[in-house]
Amino acid sequence: MIRDMTLGQYYPVDSFIHKLDPRTKLFGTMVYIISLFLADGIVGYLISAVFLAIVIRVSKVPFKFIVKGIKPILFLLLFSVIFNLFLTDGDTLVSFWIFRITKQGVRLAFFMALRLVFLIMGSSMMTFTTTPNQLTDGLEKSLHFLNYIRIPVHEIAMMMSIALRFIPILIEETDKIMKAQTARGADFENGSLMQKAKGLVPLLVPLFISAFRRATDLAMAMEARCYRGGEGRTKMKPLKYQRADRLVYLFYAGYLALVVVLSKTVPL
Amino acid sequence: MGIIKTAKLVYDYIRRDEENNMEETDRAIDGVDVDIKEGDFVAVLGHNGSGKSTLAKHMNALLMPTEGTVWIGERDSKEEENLWDIRQTAGMVFQNPDNQIIGSVVEEDVGFGPENIGVPTGEIWQRVNASLEAVGMTAYRSHSPNKLSGGQKQRVAIAGVMAMKPRCIVLDEPTAMLDPNGRHEVIRTVKELNRQENITVILITHYMEEAIQADRVIVMDRGKIVMDGTPKEVFSQVETVKSYQLDVPQVTELAYELKKAGVKLPDGILTIDAFVKELMSVWKADGSGKEAQHD
Repeated sequence: MIRDMTLGQYYPVDSFIHKLDPRTKLFGTMVYIISLFLADGIVGYLISAVFLAIVIRVSKVPFKFIVKGIKPILFLLLFSVIFNLFLTDGDTLVSFWIFRITKQGVRLAFFMALRLVFLIMGSSMMTFTTTPNQLTDGLEKSLHFLNYIRIPVHEIAMMMSIALRFIPILIEETDKIMKAQTARGADFENGSLMQKAKGLVPLLVPLFISAFRRATDLAMAMEARCYRGGEGRTKMKPLKYQRADRLVYLFYAGYLALVVVLSKTVPL
Repeated sequence: MGIIKTAKLVYDYIRRDEENNMEETDRAIDGVDVDIKEGDFVAVLGHNGSGKSTLAKHMNALLMPTEGTVWIGERDSKEEENLWDIRQTAGMVFQNPDNQIIGSVVEEDVGFGPENIGVPTGEIWQRVNASLEAVGMTAYRSHSPNKLSGGQKQRVAIAGVMAMKPRCIVLDEPTAMLDPNGRHEVIRTVKELNRQENITVILITHYMEEAIQADRVIVMDRGKIVMDGTPKEVFSQVETVKSYQLDVPQVTELAYELKKAGVKLPDGILTIDAFVKELMSVWKADGSGKEAQHD
């Protein structure tokens, strides 16, 4: 059933990482991405790999789930490997026709691929262990400072969480409209690309109208329940750092220091 | 003065063309005077377009009167500083259960109202627990609203209103999109809240079976209140009710037809039990009751 669909790619198990504050995980992802760009040479990447392995192990998310996340970027990966392999100057290893593979090229291609794979795996660890709502909450709280430059952080976060709540409802509605239009002779499957695109019009127009109607209703319901923006609002589930979060922050600091120092001192 | 009072209330829907000029006005409410006592269960009946939903929206300050005044808990709805007090005094439940649930978990949705009015975290939890208990949805507190039935969703919506500790709940056709089971569920919940917590209930509906459970029935037609009284008083005038394009409960109609055919039944029979009792006593008085009982 569409209604049972999990949004995003949250993997619901009970683990240490699932229980962490979403801000800790957001920050961790950032630290990890930065560390990947600071890492240089085998040792740096080795430490990143170990870090990732620990996170995956502790999160209890099956490894094959995480590998699946790499599939969509396979093409990008290949692209970057080929370019780095053939277009880097340096000491020639092999050369044929107009192509030339250099020692530096191999090295760069290899590290680039590794960097990309780690990047995707690392950031998907966050979405695997955090529900979209926790994520929105975390973003709202950690981006709160943007309020000072008049960016309505709370409102944007509220919009995001409402959008998330309505996705399954709208999917179901699309399904209903599709069936209703099919019953009246609409054809969504056959024909050229152009015809298919045109065929979407009788689907999209009613969908948009009903979405607008829902939005009006929802706005009225929110107003009736005294919603008036983020000011003066309290939280039922306020985000609060626990001891575990503090320890994890220490762990980040240690990890980052290790990557930087070892990348600089151990040449490879 | 009761909890909700209107005086000479008029509301016009104004349709405007592209240049924002008035094109035409539609008078949805036309001079309504109503006074609702605290603790009452009031049903508002009327066919489509009779102005009953528009009236309901005035009771929560979602609409402002074109003319006349509405007082909610003795506060004038036209004054802006009263707005949030009014919405806290009179909660509102709407027709479509999907379009009024904001949270993606049941308990978070119930907590939405208290969060908005700035209740401290600890008290929000107490209120959420109490409200979920009151509507019998505690077992579903960590579910996604998408997985609930229509009746359950409406009960969550009622709990969301209850968590704001209102003195009055206005329900705008809360059962129109529900199946009979869901309808029964919602009405039972509302009745319990009315009896046990002494919450004033204003139920907009077009189901007669729901209206007969109220203490008072108001019938609207073309923006005016045309009938007002206890269910018995209103439904005993079968012809008048029908002239406003409304039905009377089936039993009432049967009793009415029998009376027209010559059976000596009283007016205003609303329930099957009352009908059977009256019919038996008529038979006994005729002396034909005994034969009927032997059958």
